[in-house]
Amino acid sequence: MSRRALSLGMRFVIALPYAWLVVFFLLPFALVLAIALGTNAPDSAPPVELGLSLANFALLFTDTLYIGAWLASIRIAATATLVALLLGYPMAYAVARAEPRHRPLLLMLVILPFWTSFLIRVYAWMGLLAENGNLNQFLRWTGLVEDPGTILGTEWAILLGMVYAYLPFMVLPLYAALEKLDVGLLEAAADLGARPFAAFLTVTLPLSRPGIAAGCLLVFIPAVGEFVIPDLLGGTGALMIGKVLWDEFFTNSDWPLASAMAIWLLVLLVGPIALFQRQQAKSLERR
Amino acid sequence: MKDTSIVRIEGVSKRFGAITAVDKVDLAIERGELFALLGGSGCGKTTLLRLLAGFETPDAGRVVIDGQDMTGVPPHQRPVNMMFQSYALFPHMNVAENVGYGLRREGMAKPEIGRRVAEALEQVRLSDYAARRPAQLSGGQRQRVALARALVKRPKLLLLDEPLAALDRKLREGTRFEMVRLQEELGLTFVMVTHDQEEAMSMASRLAVMDLGRIVQVGTPHDVYERPRSRFVAGFIGIANILPLDGGKRWLALRPEKIGLFAARPSTEQAEAGRIVDVAYEGDRSLYRVATDDGSMLLVATANVAREGGSWQRGQDVWLGWSADAGHELDE
Repeated sequence: MSRRALSLGMRFVIALPYAWLVVFFLLPFALVLAIALGTNAPDSAPPVELGLSLANFALLFTDTLYIGAWLASIRIAATATLVALLLGYPMAYAVARAEPRHRPLLLMLVILPFWTSFLIRVYAWMGLLAENGNLNQFLRWTGLVEDPGTILGTEWAILLGMVYAYLPFMVLPLYAALEKLDVGLLEAAADLGARPFAAFLTVTLPLSRPGIAAGCLLVFIPAVGEFVIPDLLGGTGALMIGKVLWDEFFTNSDWPLASAMAIWLLVLLVGPIALFQRQQAKSLERR
Repeated sequence: MKDTSIVRIEGVSKRFGAITAVDKVDLAIERGELFALLGGSGCGKTTLLRLLAGFETPDAGRVVIDGQDMTGVPPHQRPVNMMFQSYALFPHMNVAENVGYGLRREGMAKPEIGRRVAEALEQVRLSDYAARRPAQLSGGQRQRVALARALVKRPKLLLLDEPLAALDRKLREGTRFEMVRLQEELGLTFVMVTHDQEEAMSMASRLAVMDLGRIVQVGTPHDVYERPRSRFVAGFIGIANILPLDGGKRWLALRPEKIGLFAARPSTEQAEAGRIVDVAYEGDRSLYRVATDDGSMLLVATANVAREGGSWQRGQDVWLGWSADAGHELDE
């Protein structure tokens, strides 16, 4: 793009998503903020009395239930991200190094689960992990384990579900970064005396950093606020913030508190998102 | 002979699927040589270089470097370094880090690395660019970083894959002399791959001409130019008129510059009459296509020594003359 003025068509194309964001994000967000600053009024409809109170936010920082939920969410999301990275990196690497004609098929296999509804897949995990689920039936059938524990309803189930659900979001950006990597650079490293592992650490890993950052944020951000997986697989095993938010809203009908939580969740995630954007801009600059 | 060779390639073959890239090649390269592997694309020269570096393993035969059999020795353990055609500079490291990469892999002490890197950058006159990233350098500067990175480990053998191909013409000529100077100063052995016969001729102490995976002739540039063995070599290196002898049983290669143009029948041992059908003026010399009276077409080159005059016109009737030893009889 030169410095000449944007044509009318260009302006329209750019204005459209902005208009969309204003109507469907900024306005609702303002509403949520207004509710968060109000107080709970269970007898009116909607159950809110507008005002300018910060009491809801204060509660989020003092009540151990909420602080605990935050910490649990961040811990679980971070663990899931790390596990997804450790699983996804070798996968992405293998696909990127596979014969070019096999790559489309391998990539399709990575995103194949998306062809089925997310909810159905999570329910399937319930069936697998339940006390009398397929996994335990199998374990009993082998006779190796007499009384297997139940994974469903624990933090392990949440982790398993999250890694399963978000692995493709880790693999795809990693693949994009690794596929771009010039094999000649690895030959140069070997030629200069680097063993394969040293070449990986000094060349492949640093050059795939944008992919690692993108993958981690794409997994971490939705995982922190995830509701469906902790609700269906975690049960009472671990309180994550998404589930607490849901409970406040629907079970307790405390709209202002739920709104305050939603806003705080957003604020917390702005940091990593901004980081992600900067990474992307930086890797674009370098080209 | 065996003791002085730094490289011995013994009966090496390499196939890729149905294609034989390198076909039973034998070659010895001496210490301190600037050796060029010359050939068109797909002739196997780059594969041969990659066999030396260890990026390819031979299907048959073996490679011996400095008396050591390289069979089964991976690239990172070979006493050779390579300068890649694309340079393959690490984009996430600056110039000094790129050059020091090989020394860090050896586990050399930091101050020593700093000293050696500074020295190498000085050799390629890039001392002021140590902190730059490759993306911030010009093509010529990148080429010199690649050279410094390969030189800094003082390899017994430096492999260069089309070292000048990515440079523009002007820069290429200066760099040629520069590389020959470095090679002589450091006393290293260079093995260079190139498709550019002019480059090979002007830089190499010896060269091998390759075709279809085989080496068709090895010799000094002068040898190969003046005494080509085959029609292929005669045609690949410079321009040659190929004349039949004994009614086509044998062939004679006659370089265009060995033929003189005359207005009347010259007193040279060989003389033929003809007519100029094409003139290509190249500044320093002119090339003429001359149709001789016996029906063949000969290329003749004359140096444009005088600024004016001395040129011949298209359509002009001329005499061609050359001495008895001007041509070279081909073996095949």
